[in-house]
Amino acid sequence: MKKIDYLMAGVGGQGTILASRILAGAGLEMGYDVKTAEVHGMAQRGGSVESHVRWGEKVYSPLVEHGRADYLIGFEMIEAARWRTYLNPGSVSFINRFRVPPPLVTLGKARYPSEEEIEKLLCSGGGEVKWLEASAMAEEAGNAAMAGVVILGALSNRVGGDQDLWLQVIKRLVPARFVDMNQKAFLMGRTAGTA
Amino acid sequence: MTGNEALAYGAYLSGVRVGAAYPGTPSTQIMEKFASLPGVYAEWAPNEKTAMDVGIGAAFAGTRALVSTKHVGLNVAADSLFYAVYTGMNAGLLIACADDPGMHSSQNEQDSRNYAKFAKVPMLEPSDSEEAKQFAAVALEMSETFDMPVIVRFVTRISHSSSLVEVDPAAAPPPPKERSPYKREIAKFVMVPGNARRRHPVVEERIRKLREYAETTPLNRIEPGDDRLGIVASGAVYQYAREVFPEATFLRLGMVYPLPEKLIREFAGRVKKILVIEELDPFFEEHIRLLGIPVIGKEVFPLVGEFSPTLIRQACVKAGLIPAAASESSPAPSLDVPVRPPTLCPGCGHRGMFVVLKEAGVTVMGDIGCYTLGAASPLEALHFCGCMGASIGVAHGMDKGGVTDRCVAVIGDSTLFHSGLHPLINSLYNQGTTTTIIADNGTTGMTGHQHHPGTGHTLQRQPTVKVDLERMVRGMGFDKVDVCDPNEMDAFRGILEDHLKSGKASVIIARRPCALQSKERRTPPRIDPDLCTNCGTCLDIGCSPLIQLEECVSINEVMCTGCGLCVQVCPVGAIQQEAK
Repeated sequence: MKKIDYLMAGVGGQGTILASRILAGAGLEMGYDVKTAEVHGMAQRGGSVESHVRWGEKVYSPLVEHGRADYLIGFEMIEAARWRTYLNPGSVSFINRFRVPPPLVTLGKARYPSEEEIEKLLCSGGGEVKWLEASAMAEEAGNAAMAGVVILGALSNRVGGDQDLWLQVIKRLVPARFVDMNQKAFLMGRTAGTA
Repeated sequence: MTGNEALAYGAYLSGVRVGAAYPGTPSTQIMEKFASLPGVYAEWAPNEKTAMDVGIGAAFAGTRALVSTKHVGLNVAADSLFYAVYTGMNAGLLIACADDPGMHSSQNEQDSRNYAKFAKVPMLEPSDSEEAKQFAAVALEMSETFDMPVIVRFVTRISHSSSLVEVDPAAAPPPPKERSPYKREIAKFVMVPGNARRRHPVVEERIRKLREYAETTPLNRIEPGDDRLGIVASGAVYQYAREVFPEATFLRLGMVYPLPEKLIREFAGRVKKILVIEELDPFFEEHIRLLGIPVIGKEVFPLVGEFSPTLIRQACVKAGLIPAAASESSPAPSLDVPVRPPTLCPGCGHRGMFVVLKEAGVTVMGDIGCYTLGAASPLEALHFCGCMGASIGVAHGMDKGGVTDRCVAVIGDSTLFHSGLHPLINSLYNQGTTTTIIADNGTTGMTGHQHHPGTGHTLQRQPTVKVDLERMVRGMGFDKVDVCDPNEMDAFRGILEDHLKSGKASVIIARRPCALQSKERRTPPRIDPDLCTNCGTCLDIGCSPLIQLEECVSINEVMCTGCGLCVQVCPVGAIQQEAK
């Protein structure tokens, strides 16, 4: 059983914790040992947040090591860019084409890097970058806050587990009244990911 | 399960029936999880010391109890911890204490292992969620066998990491056993000097017995491997070290105080070289060196910050303990990625308060909570934050020390109940002139909206008495008290000036419900591009929906709550909002 390490990066309040739980749940269903690490508290007030999810035969550390992430999941463009040191030539980054300008940018004191610059940075180690209109798709499915679930849909094509397995995990982890919406968002991502 | 959830579950399965805590990252979810389990009583106490006394009292009564806290909360509860070590209890008391190396959400990164030695109380440290569950049971057994509290230490990466936990669907807490009935024992429970003198030898004898226990408990064990390198580690760091040194021989310490001397000597005899890997203080290292055993420790690993497999690998490569990886990742093109610090939410009442305080040019002694973010750019309107409840005492001391600035204290409602009441009374009693502003958002915001004595509900969602802040401070004797929504800037400004001029100790309750909890949303204001001069005044309030474009400022209508603060600061009236 080959290990798979995931790193999720976003802005506090974007739903990284729910997405990391779905990803962990899917790994468990597939028979992996799974560990995750999250950040709570002060970091959630609109600051940068990251979640680590690790699948493997036997996982020790909940934290992913530099240069060893297999997948980077970016909920926001520059948040993805921050984690470049975790990538290697085989890494794939799924990134939501979505900008949340940080305070320094809205104040005009810093510049938000361009999409090309971010892609160049993340590919500089040889990895691959996949852009997704995840927020837009999530909004179409009912709520932009489900962008993470859209990205998981795209990712799911690569990491195993049939469609039903993923949909069941979502059903188990999402509050009942939001299940349909989240499953729809997941399927939109899954379709987009094969394109 | 997260480590927090697993510990609560383990405590529950071991028959713990009473839990008490004050919320604090990363420990908060321990008590939240415990409170959700059937048949238990759990409470948010106003502070950790009170929680500790409640836990001790429950254990006096013969009921197993759980007290959870973040590391700095143990400072607040320390006085009670120390007496409980002398008195012992009448049932198990489990204290879960979560450290925060790396300070993800804390004011310091103290190493709580020192408390175990200081208070003479045993400490266990799990390295994943399954162990968190199991160690809860072990700790409670130990607590009853040795008649004292037992601390289980977490770090953030145990509290907020998830890993597999064995759950037996048939498992349930033992039926409420016949409690050992509470007995009045003055010599054991009344810690006046005469009695305490007789208890201290009991404490020392207990630690001696615990040292023997540490030698044989399966919590401490040698994991054999390549004997050229032996690694001493515990908790989350054990897991990181396993990633970096999969082949080494390990001394894995599940009980971090007191330490097993014979086992350490045996381990030292089996390996050629010992590496002690521990976050924060050289706690194991100093102990092992005192045994005359040479080790490699803090000369290789840092004293500060959070460890990770990456950090351990890099430190060991640098020290020549392992070879550098064949292909380090290629140098990246340089790209300045702007930082994203946490900020006050759109619609937050703390923002209006800080805008007015900044404009008034007052020095602000702050406290711990979301409002600490008032120190961040661009507001930069908070000038001190030390620990829970420090604001008012420090402001009073500044006053007595002769500061010539106009100076106020700012403290949140939950923090006031935690440890602000005594300094507030002090400012009045000792004829101070401090104006205390209670930033009252009606909840414990930063840790995720927990109830407190002013919310009208308990942790287990029971309606209860709601302590009225205004009546409370008037009852203390304050006669200058005003209540105001701080985002109504003109009104708040007027009250502030009036209080500052009064020359007496006074209270302003700056009341506005937390924007994340409030249902009230108004239509976002519009910016008239013809009037906007793009001067940036509105940007200085640091509200994230306001974005500066080439020609004028614009408002992100999805994020905006329509609070209208920016309307009030615009010098040219370009930001317009429909009347309420």
